[in-house]
Amino acid sequence: MTRHLKMDTPATARLLDELPSRLTGKPMDRPDGPKKVAGKATYAHEWEIEGKTFGVLARAPISKGKLVRIDKSSVESLPGILGVFSEDRFLRNPAQGTANEAPIQGVSEISYFGQPIALVVAETFEQARHGAHMLELVCEADSHGVFDPEANNISPEKPEDDQLDQGDLDKAMAEAAFTVDSTYRTPNHNSAAMEPHCSIASWEGDQLTLHGSYQMVKYNVNELADSLGIEPEKVRILSPFVGGGFGSKLGIAPEAVAAAIAAKEIGRPVCVTLTRQQVFENVMRRSESRQRLRLAADETGKLTGLGHECLVSNLPGETFHEPVIQATHFIYGGENRRLSIEVARLNRMCAGSVRAPGEAIGMQVLENAMDELAHTSGIDPVELRKRNIPDTHPEEGMPYSSRPFAEALDEGAKRFGWDKRNPEPGKQREGEWLIGMGMAAAARVNMLMESKARVKLKDDGTAIVETDMTDIGTGTYAILTQLCCDMLGLAPEQVDTRLGDSNFPKASGSGGSFGASSSGSSVYLACQDIRGELARRLGCDEDALHLNGGKASGSGQEVSLTDLLAGETIEGEGHIEPGKTMEKVQQATYGSYFAEVAVNAVTGETRVRRMLGVFGAGRILNHKTATSQCYGGMTWGIGMALHEAMEFDPRDGHVVNNDFAEYHVPVNLDVPQLDVVLLEERDDWASPIQAKGLGELGLCGAGAAVTNAIFNATGVRVREYPATLDKILDGLPELQPA
Amino acid sequence: MKDTTLRINGEERKLSADTRTTLLDALRNHLGLTGSKKGCDHGQCGACTVMVNGRRINSCLTLACMHDGDEITTVEGLGEPGNLSPLQAAFVKHDGFQCGYCTPGQICSATAMLEEIKDNWPSNVSGSLTGEAKLTPEEISERMSGNLCRCAAYPNIVDAIREAAEASS
Ligand code: FES
Ligand code: FES
Repeated sequence: MTRHLKMDTPATARLLDELPSRLTGKPMDRPDGPKKVAGKATYAHEWEIEGKTFGVLARAPISKGKLVRIDKSSVESLPGILGVFSEDRFLRNPAQGTANEAPIQGVSEISYFGQPIALVVAETFEQARHGAHMLELVCEADSHGVFDPEANNISPEKPEDDQLDQGDLDKAMAEAAFTVDSTYRTPNHNSAAMEPHCSIASWEGDQLTLHGSYQMVKYNVNELADSLGIEPEKVRILSPFVGGGFGSKLGIAPEAVAAAIAAKEIGRPVCVTLTRQQVFENVMRRSESRQRLRLAADETGKLTGLGHECLVSNLPGETFHEPVIQATHFIYGGENRRLSIEVARLNRMCAGSVRAPGEAIGMQVLENAMDELAHTSGIDPVELRKRNIPDTHPEEGMPYSSRPFAEALDEGAKRFGWDKRNPEPGKQREGEWLIGMGMAAAARVNMLMESKARVKLKDDGTAIVETDMTDIGTGTYAILTQLCCDMLGLAPEQVDTRLGDSNFPKASGSGGSFGASSSGSSVYLACQDIRGELARRLGCDEDALHLNGGKASGSGQEVSLTDLLAGETIEGEGHIEPGKTMEKVQQATYGSYFAEVAVNAVTGETRVRRMLGVFGAGRILNHKTATSQCYGGMTWGIGMALHEAMEFDPRDGHVVNNDFAEYHVPVNLDVPQLDVVLLEERDDWASPIQAKGLGELGLCGAGAAVTNAIFNATGVRVREYPATLDKILDGLPELQPA
Repeated sequence: MKDTTLRINGEERKLSADTRTTLLDALRNHLGLTGSKKGCDHGQCGACTVMVNGRRINSCLTLACMHDGDEITTVEGLGEPGNLSPLQAAFVKHDGFQCGYCTPGQICSATAMLEEIKDNWPSNVSGSLTGEAKLTPEEISERMSGNLCRCAAYPNIVDAIREAAEASS
């Protein structure tokens, strides 16, 4: 049996609000928690597989050119070496998320510094690492490498779908009471998940098993099969624990294909784990951007024009580009609009999805521009945003689904004590620290993806949930367990949720914040399927069925679930598909951020003292894990505002800060005890469980709250991220004796 | 190759490995103790934190063969599902992790850190070098800043440590 739902109409039946146990939404501890804190959760590298060998990738030492020759004899006689592999099935770079096919392949053409071009396999990791180090690679550099997206001699591409010209923006700017015309730059970012990418490939005949660290198993199977030139049926991927993804593990990556090729050749399992340096050199980056923001407003602050013109980059041949203007399209009004993206082709590692692609940097900069407008017009920043919430989509005219945007702004302002802010910059001082407050809005598109799950209600009244969905730290194990508990009237210890195995029904995977609502809906449907069968056995309507604590009722009498099961297992399948509700309304999630910073008047150092986020994302499935997701996002916002930037050598294009000592992610002391408020909301247009995505909303503008606070503290407007001390120091107000 | 005898989580373990093998790789690749994680292999992330003779160290920065006879405690030695240490249990309760990859390092680090506070070791945010070390959120954050968490469970990590420490004092 399968219960299928295509979201063509809003799901107005809110079953989850009527069920007796109501575990969904509660701050339940993660069922996978005890394993994780005890070191018993098995991540990719850690599978004990008989005969396991180790492979280390060797990478290109040039940014553009040709691989002329690999001198395998330079390492073949070293102790323990089992083989050196390099061939045209190797991946140039990871596949983009949901690619479902192989990315560009080949090793002879080198397109970026760090491109993996060979794999050295040995009995031990130490031997393989030494071999990769000693391997002689003869490469020929081509002098035409392009490393600067703003260089005069390159002409960026203009993707057709990203050139909006509505009304007359120039005229609106000329006639406006208040205007902003500012250009910002954001640097390249790396996801820097704590678990480096890893795959163990093992073959049994022509059947390949890959223990990997991947976010989207269903797509990854097809990508791996296509890369190797074999049938997808011959590939099984296991990815039950993923040590952080953030987009960096969406598509099949070079280490998986190299491991599979080598394992086949030597007839033993091969484990390939990237070094941290390789993670920085050949995993997806978030593209740097140049963003010109133009805002035209009337005397009341209402926008009459909005321009957001962006330049980003990627490798030649890649279709992805950072969708910087994604939320700009719908968050604020203004009838005259120019929104565009240009893409420069660079010899830099591939650009792809890094947590909240688009909004992470697009909302950040838009919200800086809104702060500039608030300052210029003298209108309170919270009020200014509220005045610009459009009634209908400003370009396409469609209505919005549930949108607690104004509520998030008001709630945040109230809780944070926004009324205590002095709008005049540089006026609050505590000893050598200048204090300021800033705020920003949050917005992120909402998506639903096709997803399937199977639930087995066993004869003993316990259940198993199976789906190839992943939990990358997001809380999937928890929320799917909770949904199943509520739908079948079970306790958490009676439900065993199993994930990340491609033999299970194909889920959406984790990405784009759609994982929870999509896979959650599939489990909900699978349970409905079971409820249908139980109602039939009980002789009642499905709507009247009542399941609680192992008892079933609905037709007057109450029976125990195990009696009703009568020694059988009932299997239900759920299948959710996106439908017309995606087009009929603009679906998105909203929120607000408020930050208080202290900027050192002597050194220019910024410390975030307090930060609040208020978010609306439809039904919250687990209050605890949802809050954690928001902490994570806001912390990324702090990192993007203050520390994070990949630095490239302008001479040869290699990334200079390729480790944690030089690429600064926020550490514990950089982050105050954050505050998160989750608004009570149901969005019937989004999914049958009324939930929307949340995993990325925490950083869709968060950094702007911090830099806007820096402006309020100091009067310095940093338009080149990150706001390091050197960019603040020069503009600091004269020090008066305290 | 070198033979080394380690005492890990109270058990004697014999290792015969390449002298280049770090303590971390010995645990993960040779001894079946994969609780300790590798995030950087260069002493920059803390995922590999274990205790050697009671003190926290980055096990990726030391060679296994240098630890003959040493007493090593890994996350597996602190507790197990069903019998978690108070800190491990507090991490579950406060959601002091998301993906869980930095977590064993955080917990080993915190276990040793609390002893450092008890012994009044000063930190960079302590008011004085000789006074009593206090268990404030700021002190915890500072002392845990060698353990990166990209999922950014920091506020919950601080809460978990605070609760476990207060319960034990
Ligand atoms: S793995 Fe040892 S500090 Fe990162
Ligand atoms: S829990 Fe994922 S890195 Fe800390």
